[in-house]
Amino acid sequence: MIGIIDYGMGNLRSVENALKELGAEALISDDEAVLADCEKIILPGVGAFGDCVANLRQKKLDRFVIRCIEEGKPLLGICVGMQMLFEESEEKGVHQGLGFFTGRIVRFDTDLPVPQIGWNELILKEHPLRNRLRKNPYVYYVHSYHAAEYQEEDLIGWSYYGDVKVPSLFVKGHVMAAQFHPEKSGEEGLKILKYFLEDFV
Amino acid sequence: MITKRIIPCLDVRDGKVVKGVNFVGLKEVGDPVKLARTYYEQGADELVFLDITATHEHRDTMVHIVEQTAAQVFMPFTVGGGIRTTDDIRRILRAGADKVSLNSAAVRNPDLLQEGAGMFGDQCIVLAVDGRMRKDGSGWNVVISGGRIDTGIDAIEWIREGVRRGAGEILLTSMDADGTKKGFDLPFLKAVREAVSVPVIASGGCGALEHFYDVFAADAADAALAASLFHYNELTVGDVKEYLKEKGVPVRL
Repeated sequence: MIGIIDYGMGNLRSVENALKELGAEALISDDEAVLADCEKIILPGVGAFGDCVANLRQKKLDRFVIRCIEEGKPLLGICVGMQMLFEESEEKGVHQGLGFFTGRIVRFDTDLPVPQIGWNELILKEHPLRNRLRKNPYVYYVHSYHAAEYQEEDLIGWSYYGDVKVPSLFVKGHVMAAQFHPEKSGEEGLKILKYFLEDFV
Repeated sequence: MITKRIIPCLDVRDGKVVKGVNFVGLKEVGDPVKLARTYYEQGADELVFLDITATHEHRDTMVHIVEQTAAQVFMPFTVGGGIRTTDDIRRILRAGADKVSLNSAAVRNPDLLQEGAGMFGDQCIVLAVDGRMRKDGSGWNVVISGGRIDTGIDAIEWIREGVRRGAGEILLTSMDADGTKKGFDLPFLKAVREAVSVPVIASGGCGALEHFYDVFAADAADAALAASLFHYNELTVGDVKEYLKEKGVPVRL
């Protein structure tokens, strides 16, 4: 069973639909006890970083996420769900994140339109996931902020938005985190979720 | 590299996809969920459902269409039409849509933009603007209610304000170009692009492959939307993308 954390933010239905398409059983819950029984956890998120973190804390699910990480339960963060795993964000004031990944979340510095909305090529380092996907598969992004000052060894995938390198797929320990939306990235996105479901431990 | 998006638009009335010229003379062209699936398989980058149902009773029909689409189409889609309150926005997003587009409702109640953006994030609020050139040619006015009412509001000023209020994207329809099949309204699009920094979706007037190229070559939009062209199988999304790729426009293939 895959647990999708519901803290009142985001299009949870899409993540659930994608998991179902892959034949996985999934539940959406804000109840720690229910989520704790799941084998893997997904932390989605859209909206403003500060609101997301505040809602997560208010439901005391921040501690649950940290406990999952400490216990080595596989976790996937998506979009703001990824960003919250970093130390802090500068979106609408400075907000503390959960601090699992080293680095901070900063606004795009570009002449291109912000947010970045659309499909961009994902460039991958040598990693087991890479062999599962087309070369430089397209994935779907919607965001105005991205990770910076991260640890190079945590990064496995990125895209370029104009001249800006957008770090967008991180793996550290039992945690995987994507800035893009695998659940909205067509067949290649589904393959990334399938990797998390079947092979990521 | 970020790619240019091709977005089929499905006008939905009473649960069926319809198409007319200048919003009149509507004809039924199919089942929205089936068409959505077809476009997904053709490689569409996003979809837009525009609910033009006149009556309130059919609102639940749209929610149902959104739920079914979200279960089998793994790409982003937007729903517009008939969304007047933050509760309406919540219902559509919870059903599985990624964004909502606000048009007349935002003109009548601009606070809806920042309320929606505040609750659900800028990224899911698309400001849809229908504009028509003023008689003296000095600019464009916002028209609402399917083009029937000229608000007298300057479209560029309204779009600036909409972005300040939290719109994350602009869907611009030129009422001068819509239905003509003579190409997108490049001067209008460029004026919007210069005014705001959020992505712009071009709509209205597309009737041939070259029109997609023209709008991207002029850097007048980040995405192009078309309806009848795709519904009647004059072109597939794949045809458009192959053509654009040959011409050097970055697209997802």
